[in-house]
Amino acid sequence: MKNQESRSSSCAACKALKRRCTPNCQFAPYFRSDETKKFAKVHKVFGASNFSKILNEVAEEQREDAVNSLVYEAEVRLRDPIYGCIGAIASLEKKMVELEHDLMLARARLAFCVNQPSSFLNEHGNMAPCVQDIPVSSGMVEAFNQNSFYFDQFSHLPFL
Amino acid sequence: MASTRCAACKYLRRRCPSDCIFSLYFPSNNPQRFAYVHKIFGASNVGKMLQDLPVHRRADAADSLYYEAHCRIKDPVYGCVGIINILHQEIHNVQCQIAKIQAEIAFIGTHAQSDQQLQIAPNLDPNFLAEQKGLSNSFDDSSTWFF
Repeated sequence: MKNQESRSSSCAACKALKRRCTPNCQFAPYFRSDETKKFAKVHKVFGASNFSKILNEVAEEQREDAVNSLVYEAEVRLRDPIYGCIGAIASLEKKMVELEHDLMLARARLAFCVNQPSSFLNEHGNMAPCVQDIPVSSGMVEAFNQNSFYFDQFSHLPFL
Repeated sequence: MASTRCAACKYLRRRCPSDCIFSLYFPSNNPQRFAYVHKIFGASNVGKMLQDLPVHRRADAADSLYYEAHCRIKDPVYGCVGIINILHQEIHNVQCQIAKIQAEIAFIGTHAQSDQQLQIAPNLDPNFLAEQKGLSNSFDDSSTWFF
């Protein structure tokens, strides 16, 4: 009975590592006994020893966040073994560049409309849909800054 | 005789075989690259990951592992996941700004149309005006203005 109780209270990490789960087990607070897949991911990518060392370097109140981010990183790496989270960052950076360009166009359009609302309508009194007619360099367009620390680091990746 | 060991084998203090999985991606002139990757992922795991990939994808994988390890060493709590969160927030902010500007443009357009219709026919039936507004306010294509 006592053995069954100690087995059932083993955390997922100790179950995977096939060891006794002690009361002060480092992993127990973050891996319930039913979360075997969660631990398996970090174990496969980082290894139990490295994972333990990373946690030890983090203050206790931040360990839960560290575990969650490591689990996420492991998941993404298993889904994309070549680029992992760096692939996700590169995609987001690319989207950010596109959106900043769209924002620049939108601001130019708004500046033009505010200054010349009558030109906003065509000869039929309807909205003129063509954005190419707008003089972009009206002096009111914000400079488009492509400098990005993250982007520059990963710009050699093929899909950028 | 000059050492031809890669950074990994130097770090692990072992002989570097001719078919060493690490040698192409962890040259001896950049010891920090392997040190970071080993600290976070472990040499054994890195070797397995590279082994499981086709040869032409291993260089990119080694690079991305190094960048991830670098991020994790700089920020032990969030690593590169912190960067992902920041980017999601920034994207959301810019999308909100664009939506706000689109709404302002639509508002200006609505007023410009009303003003023009009042100038043309100031005594026009208000119901007729509303109907004309509904027909001409086809802003479905407004998103194409910016893309």
